[in-house]
Formats: sequence, structure tokens, C-alpha cells
Amino acid sequence: MAPIISMKGVIKRFGQFQALRGIDLEVTEGEVLCIIGPSGSGKSTLIRCINLLETYEVGAVVVDGILVQEDQSLQAVRREVGMVFQSFNLFPHLSVLRNVMLAPMRVRGLTMLEAQKRALELLNRVGITEQADKYPAQLSGGQQQRVAIARALAMEPKVLLFDEPTSALDPEMVGEVLDVMRSLAQTGVTMIVVTHEMGFARQVGDRVLFMDGGLIVETGTPEKIFDAPQEERTRNFLKAILQH
Amino acid sequence: MRLIDTFFNARVFIETLPLLWTGLLVTIELGVFSIVLGLVLGLGLALLRLYGPRFLQILARLYIDLFRSVPLLVLLIVIYYALPFVGIRLSPFAAATTALTTVSGAYTAEIFRAGIEAIPRGQFEASMALGLSWRQMMIDIILPQAVKVVIPPLTNNCINVMKDTALASVVAMPDLLKQATQAQALAANPTPLISAAVIYILILWPLVLLVSRFEKKMKVGTR
Ligand SMILES: Nc1ncnc2c1ncn2[C@@H]1O[C@H](COP(=O)(O)OP(=O)(O)O)[C@@H](O)[C@H]1O
Ligand SMILES: [Mg+2]
Repeated sequence: MAPIISMKGVIKRFGQFQALRGIDLEVTEGEVLCIIGPSGSGKSTLIRCINLLETYEVGAVVVDGILVQEDQSLQAVRREVGMVFQSFNLFPHLSVLRNVMLAPMRVRGLTMLEAQKRALELLNRVGITEQADKYPAQLSGGQQQRVAIARALAMEPKVLLFDEPTSALDPEMVGEVLDVMRSLAQTGVTMIVVTHEMGFARQVGDRVLFMDGGLIVETGTPEKIFDAPQEERTRNFLKAILQH
Repeated sequence: MRLIDTFFNARVFIETLPLLWTGLLVTIELGVFSIVLGLVLGLGLALLRLYGPRFLQILARLYIDLFRSVPLLVLLIVIYYALPFVGIRLSPFAAATTALTTVSGAYTAEIFRAGIEAIPRGQFEASMALGLSWRQMMIDIILPQAVKVVIPPLTNNCINVMKDTALASVVAMPDLLKQATQAQALAANPTPLISAAVIYILILWPLVLLVSRFEKKMKVGTR
């Protein structure tokens, strides 16, 4: 089966600095890939190259058979690739319900009623039904992030990208977001999750990828990466993490 | 008593009131026209300056800087008295609206730009990641938030445009000030002028208070 995402030789520079130093990666449909690695290693940059929130100098990314580039096809790619951000990025001037309804109406052409029905179902699924008419600022961080997940899901994307979705949350709210993501993983949607939650990566990930210095250092099953890492750098990173 | 008879003469006031009223209508018409057109022009210029092709960005910037530098009175006189030499003859109303809109557009462009730039990157990224087109992103997400941020400075600009309409009297525009000066000449008494000043204040004071309220609210909001 052809991979749903394929990155070939992607190099990303910020000025002189190389944030990605040649990334080759294939993700198969339905896979849950967890990306771990120290801060500044290029994890965010990597997943942002997939939907071209970050442009790159060298290399190519293909999503679902479409080359990702700055032309008419870009919106077609972005329709199929949902993204959940560390800082939620909900639209503060729209109610929770409207946040979830907007893109399906504008981009997928759903009617107001269809979009509302879908939004209510999804809000129910992430446990936010009660707050549908509130505004994002009235919600807790955990609730906001669950709305953000519902907003991404409303587009029925083939791929979901998560960029440290629990890093901005108070500790007591991490669990509720991870629970939603865990149940998502069982639906068969392809997920790429940048995370510092090693427990989640181990339990939910089909595959774990360790990055350092803009390179993929090592990738394999959670057992392989967490219990028998091959690379010195992976071992040092895990040791440092586990000491906390 | 002589002072009151001179400056606040009731008989003169009542006699010239109809004249002042027609002047006031012209002033309001001129102000509202110029404000609305200036808002449209300003938004267009701000978008060009931020997102247009390179050379249009430079042109927009040039326009904005140029028309914030030129005195409005000078521009108005150029439009009304100099343009006829190249065959462009505008009515007083058209000349005044053109001058006011041209300058107000430059100021509102900068206000809108500041508003758009105040919207966090994450809002743009979330919109793009959802597959919204640039146009949809602007209309549904960015501009509604940006406009909310800039309502106080926009109101301030409205006040300025309203005040500046008085300059139109120099191109024989029968606005409030022009009618007041004429009434003064007819009545040989300055009461109409005083009345005009009071009317300007009565229109603009509420707007000034509104801006102060906004500013207070902002201070509370940001703490
Ligand atoms: N907009 C930017 N401008 C300059 N440097 C950047 C920018 N974004 C990221 N970087 C740099 O690129 C590197 C990788 O960043 P990032 O992908 O955010 O790392 P991670 O998500 O793994 O913490 C870091 O060293 C960071 O400082
Ligand atoms: Mg990051």
C-alpha cells in the first residue's frame, strides 16, 4: 500500500540555521506515529512541513498522492490534514459551536444544519456538549483543546497532526485530552503526534520516532525505542526524561 | 448685557436657524460620505500594503505616507483650484469628499494594518490548516477580530474627519461653517458663528466620550 504521507530529503533552514537536515519519512494509512525528542530538535518544524505551514528549501512532501506545494492543490491537501496546536488557536470571536462548524461550511460546502449536526456530534464525542454556546475564553485549557480536536475532526481529515497538544495544559487536564486522542487512535485515522507524554507514546503509538538536531535518529515500535534503543542519543534523552 | 446681545442674540439665532440647519445637513452628509469611503479605501490599502504583490505594497506605502504628510487644506485647494487647469473640474462637494476621503483613507489604512498585525500568528495558522482560502480567512477570522481591536482609533479618525469637513467652506461648500459666516454677515452679528461652534461640539462630544470609554475599558482589559 502506498504511504499516505511521504517526505523525501526535506531540508528546512531558518537563515543560516538548519532546523531539518534531510528528513525521509513514510507514514502508512491508519498508523499512529509519535514523535519524541528534545526541545529545538525540529519536531514542530517537521509536522508543519506536512501541511506547508512551514516552507522548505529542499525536498518534497506527498500527502495522499498530492505533491504539497504552493498552488491550487494546497487547499485540497489541507482539507485532508487536520492540525491541533499546542496553544489551541481557537477562534476567540466565535462560539464553540461556530468554531467547529465554520470550516465544514466554508470548505466542504455543508449547509448550516448539516454542519451544526456534525459539530454537535463531535462536541458530544469530546465531551463538550454543555459548552457549545460558550466562547473559547470561558473554557478551561483542557476543554479548549478538546474543542480544537473536534474542530479538526469536523473536516473529516485523513490525517491528524498534533503538536504537543498537552504541553500548555495544567497537569490535571492532560488526562482528558489524552483520553480523547486515545479513542481517536482506535478509529483508524492516521495520526502524527509530537509529544512529551512517554506513557501515551508507548501505549497508543504504533511507531515512535526520536529526533535530535534536525535529524531522525531512530524509529521503531514503542518497545524497541523505549526498551531497547539502539542509539546513544536516544538512550541519553530517555534517561534524562525518566529522571524527572 | 451687551455681551449677551452680541454673542447670544436670541432673535438672530432663531432667524438664522434654518440656514444653519441646511448647513448642518451638508456637513453631516460630507462627513458620513468621506468616513465610509475612507474606511473602504483604508481597508483596501492596508490589505495591499500587507499582502499585495511587491510593487503594489510599495505603492500603497507611498500613498499612505504621502497623504499623511500633506495638509488637508492644501490638498483641498489643489483639487478644487488646480485640477481645473488639467480639465478636471469637481463640484465643491465632490472636491471636499475627494480630499477628505483621500487623507482619511491613508490614516485608516495604518489603523487597519495595526489591527491585522495585532492578531496572533496562530489564528492565521489554524485557518490555513483547516483549508480556508485566503479570502475566507480574512473575512471570517482575521478582520472581525482586527476591526474589534481598532474601533477606538477608528472612532477617533471619524471625529477628525467630521471636524475637517469645516475646511470645505473655503471651496464655497455651503456647510455649517460657511452658512454660519454668511448668516453672520447678513445679521451683522456673530451669534450664528457661536451657534455653529456649539453645534459642532454637540455632535462630536458624544464621540469623544465614546473614545474615552473605549480607552478606559482597554486599560481595564489589559490591566
Ligand atoms: N520561525 C523561526 N525562526 C527561526 N528559527 C526557528 C523558527 N522556528 C523554529 N526555529 C528553530 O528551529 C529549531 C527547531 O524548532 P522546532 O521545530 O520548533 O523544535 P521542537 O518543536 O522540536 O522544539 C529550533 O532550534 C528553533 O529555534
Ligand atoms: Mg515544538
